Amino acid sequence: MTVKTNRLGGSALTVLTWIVALLFVFPVIWMVVTSFKHEVDAATDPPTFAFTPTLEQFTTILDRGFLPYLANSAFVTVLSTLLVLLLGVPAAYALSLAPVKQTSNALGFFLSTKMLPIVAAIIPLYVISQNLGMLDNVWALIVLYAGMNLPLAVWMMRSFFLEVPTEMIEAARVDGAKLPTVLYRVILPVVAPGIAATALICVIFSWTEFFYAVNLTAAQAGTVPVFLVGFITSEGLFWAQLSAAALLASLPVMIVGWIAQNHLVRGLSMGAVK
Amino acid sequence: MAQVAYAGASRVYPGANSVRAVDGLDLCVGDGEFLVLVGPSGSGKSTALRMAAGLEDVDEGAISIGERDVTHLPPKDRDIAMVFQSYALYPHMSVRDNMAFSLKLRGMPKSDIGGKVEEAAGLLDLTTYLDRKPKALSGGQRQRVAMGRAIVREPSVFLMDEPLSNLDAKLRVETRANIAALQRRLATTTIYVTHDQVEAMTMGDRVAVLRDGVLQQCASPRELYDTPRNVFVAGFIGSPAMNLLTLPVDGGAVKLGELEVRLPAPAASGEVTIGVRPESLSLVGAGEDGFDLQVELVEELGADAYVHGTLAGHDEKLVVRADGRTPPRLGEAVRVALRDTGEVHVFDPESGLRIDAD
Repeated sequence: MTVKTNRLGGSALTVLTWIVALLFVFPVIWMVVTSFKHEVDAATDPPTFAFTPTLEQFTTILDRGFLPYLANSAFVTVLSTLLVLLLGVPAAYALSLAPVKQTSNALGFFLSTKMLPIVAAIIPLYVISQNLGMLDNVWALIVLYAGMNLPLAVWMMRSFFLEVPTEMIEAARVDGAKLPTVLYRVILPVVAPGIAATALICVIFSWTEFFYAVNLTAAQAGTVPVFLVGFITSEGLFWAQLSAAALLASLPVMIVGWIAQNHLVRGLSMGAVK
Repeated sequence: MAQVAYAGASRVYPGANSVRAVDGLDLCVGDGEFLVLVGPSGSGKSTALRMAAGLEDVDEGAISIGERDVTHLPPKDRDIAMVFQSYALYPHMSVRDNMAFSLKLRGMPKSDIGGKVEEAAGLLDLTTYLDRKPKALSGGQRQRVAMGRAIVREPSVFLMDEPLSNLDAKLRVETRANIAALQRRLATTTIYVTHDQVEAMTMGDRVAVLRDGVLQQCASPRELYDTPRNVFVAGFIGSPAMNLLTLPVDGGAVKLGELEVRLPAPAASGEVTIGVRPESLSLVGAGEDGFDLQVELVEELGADAYVHGTLAGHDEKLVVRADGRTPPRLGEAVRVALRDTGEVHVFDPESGLRIDAD
């Protein structure tokens, strides 16, 4: 009896899981489907399911100058993430494996920079950018995004560094390694999956960032989220075009995430101790 | 090859109530000697080893390796190799790269590195595992890789921090013999830390017993066993532990039940602590010279049986070694005799120090 009830419960759980999963993925599927519709089919109420698929929306988007925005997004995302890693890895090392008296204060300070809502800082940031002549400039976004992601990245990487066995670092020191060698040839390979996860988070946050971008950029340095807003016009919504643009905007993140997940689960630190 | 000398070396952990983890250690490890540092947990044995490695500061005193004062040198400049309890292998490197790492850092030519690694792998029976990652090895194999990583460097000193405590009992005994044999063959000065006194007794040329950061005695295993310098060493070395009883002195003798034991030297106070090893006592027939023991527990180990009991008329507990084939029963009263009064150790109950015949 109990086995039967368990099996029944198991099936119910499976069905429930599927329903929840579909509920979550439905908007994404709807976006994909809509992006292949003609604008007329996309705007019907009730929605049409039978339609002739077309790539018209994608060509329209490309004609409306999507590629420069895509390039801006890619450039800003990659460079700000690299900047975060460049600054964050040594910081995370210092705050985890070489602590001093003020370490916890430094960590607290990092966290506190995330407590101020971005909107509260946007006017000073705008004025500063303007005075520096950095408005509508990708480099301004790179610096801001790096600053935005750095505290979180340091905290994340610190937690991975803390899991590195102390004896392994000592073994490397006895083996004759100086600090940079210890860091780059012993510690980093072991925490690589953690660094990859951190980088992925930074990529996603930079790629999807909207508020700084919409306020500080225009035609020159605009990123993909800024481009998407262009479809919300006074003449109405262009659902099919918006969906096509949104699909193109989310594809890179999905691809990066899919590639990264295989690397992320690799438990490299297994076997280090015992 | 080199000798290692601690000269009044101390490690003091700062803080409100600072802790002297190692307190004024004076110890000289001879060239090619295998010295075992032993003590209970918290005795400072690992700290003492790590001071020699340069992983722990020397706050007072000095440490020299060979003729060089290394007190404030970083680990890499001390010409030492260390084997850690957790092995501390590099998980992202193959066995070959783990062993070659230090040689690469030293800038040794690739062809030489290959030869050295192969040689060490051959010595440790690791040749077939050279291209594996540590996680694909068993505990014993990982331990051997950790040894190999130390050997390839041909250092002047090996430092080993409880390298066997992660192995199961059978493998531990086997590896214990292998490490001892390897050390004799390489004749490299070795300091070996363990909390296991069997390891200490079987492996070391000399054994240094530490307690609360203070060196208690450093001597050959035989000497430690036969003439422990104080009550702590007497109780720590030997398994099961030595029987230690504090008894009143009466006319230059103490009484163990009906048995009178004459002291080899006059006692300073009215009491002495006497120590008798379980094998110095034996079960005899009723009526013979000796004392009565109420049996409370019998541990049968096959060849021997250890009889735990209470001295009749006292609260004192005693352990006696008996023949494993004819052990007494629980609750029985047995007659116990002392094999030889010369095997009785006498200590001052105040200072804990040994009182000798002269």
